[in-house]
Amino acid sequence: MSSLDWRMPRWFHQMGSPKWFYEWGGRLQPWFALAALILLAWGMIWGLAFAPADYQQGNSFRIMYVHVPAAILSQSIFVTMALAGAIGIIWKMKVAFMVARSCIAIGATFTAIALLTGAIWGKPTWGTYWVWDARLTSTLVLLFLYAGVMALHQAISESQTAGKATAILALVGTINIPIIKYSVEWWNTLHQSSSFSLTEKPTMPAEMYVPLLLMVLGSYCLFALLVLMRTRTQILQTQSQTKWLTQHPDIEGV
Amino acid sequence: MFFNSLEDLWLMSGHGAFVWSCYGLFVGLLALNVWHSLSQRAQALKQVRAIARRVK
Repeated sequence: MSSLDWRMPRWFHQMGSPKWFYEWGGRLQPWFALAALILLAWGMIWGLAFAPADYQQGNSFRIMYVHVPAAILSQSIFVTMALAGAIGIIWKMKVAFMVARSCIAIGATFTAIALLTGAIWGKPTWGTYWVWDARLTSTLVLLFLYAGVMALHQAISESQTAGKATAILALVGTINIPIIKYSVEWWNTLHQSSSFSLTEKPTMPAEMYVPLLLMVLGSYCLFALLVLMRTRTQILQTQSQTKWLTQHPDIEGV
Repeated sequence: MFFNSLEDLWLMSGHGAFVWSCYGLFVGLLALNVWHSLSQRAQALKQVRAIARRVK
């Protein structure tokens, strides 16, 4: 047992139990699904049809409502993956490694969306799909990091070793996150600086800002849902020999 | 609505192709992720059920 044990609350260790995670994850899933569906549908309809056009960019600015949430999530998910990996290493928690693994595909998806929608947005705004600007390049590096973590995970057959190795790669890779964030300040980039923050007062009018807020929150809910789903699937795959699972209603109830 | 008609909403004064393709990518790629997660779960459930039957 680790010497850090006494500092952590009980739920932290319960979360490390596959059975407990499977149960609670299953209970939380429908709520995240419902919240994601409502928030994303509401945000998209508002952003597409009701928000006023930008005085400079016209209607192309509506791409912001999918581009910005994807970009925010691509980075948050990477940090989540690295933290889950660190928890797995420090507290020898298998479920934490599973959570980290679940993050890879979702994070890569959001990164790809951010890059693709950014490229499409670039055409009417900058006149080009791609420039080797610091923000764009560092985000492309993020996609490669996700691919690297995925490849490393698949190359190691023993799951604990794979979990540890990918956690270290993810932790080292987080150096790229502040680079992405501050790239627009450190370098002279074509990409505009941030116009949205969850913690600061918005600079745009409410009817433009609120749909973005809905989209960001909805994306976080969808991320939570997908992590729960994928982690519970990994629990199914690894716990198939345990009594609690073979006698579980999900298995027995058919 | 900000637009005067559904046609205006679709065309977005010339930006329609850019905007709609981005929303399509967002919804499409994320839906693919949800579908993949669901199919993996179904597959894993099938395997565990097979093991559970053998144990019994």
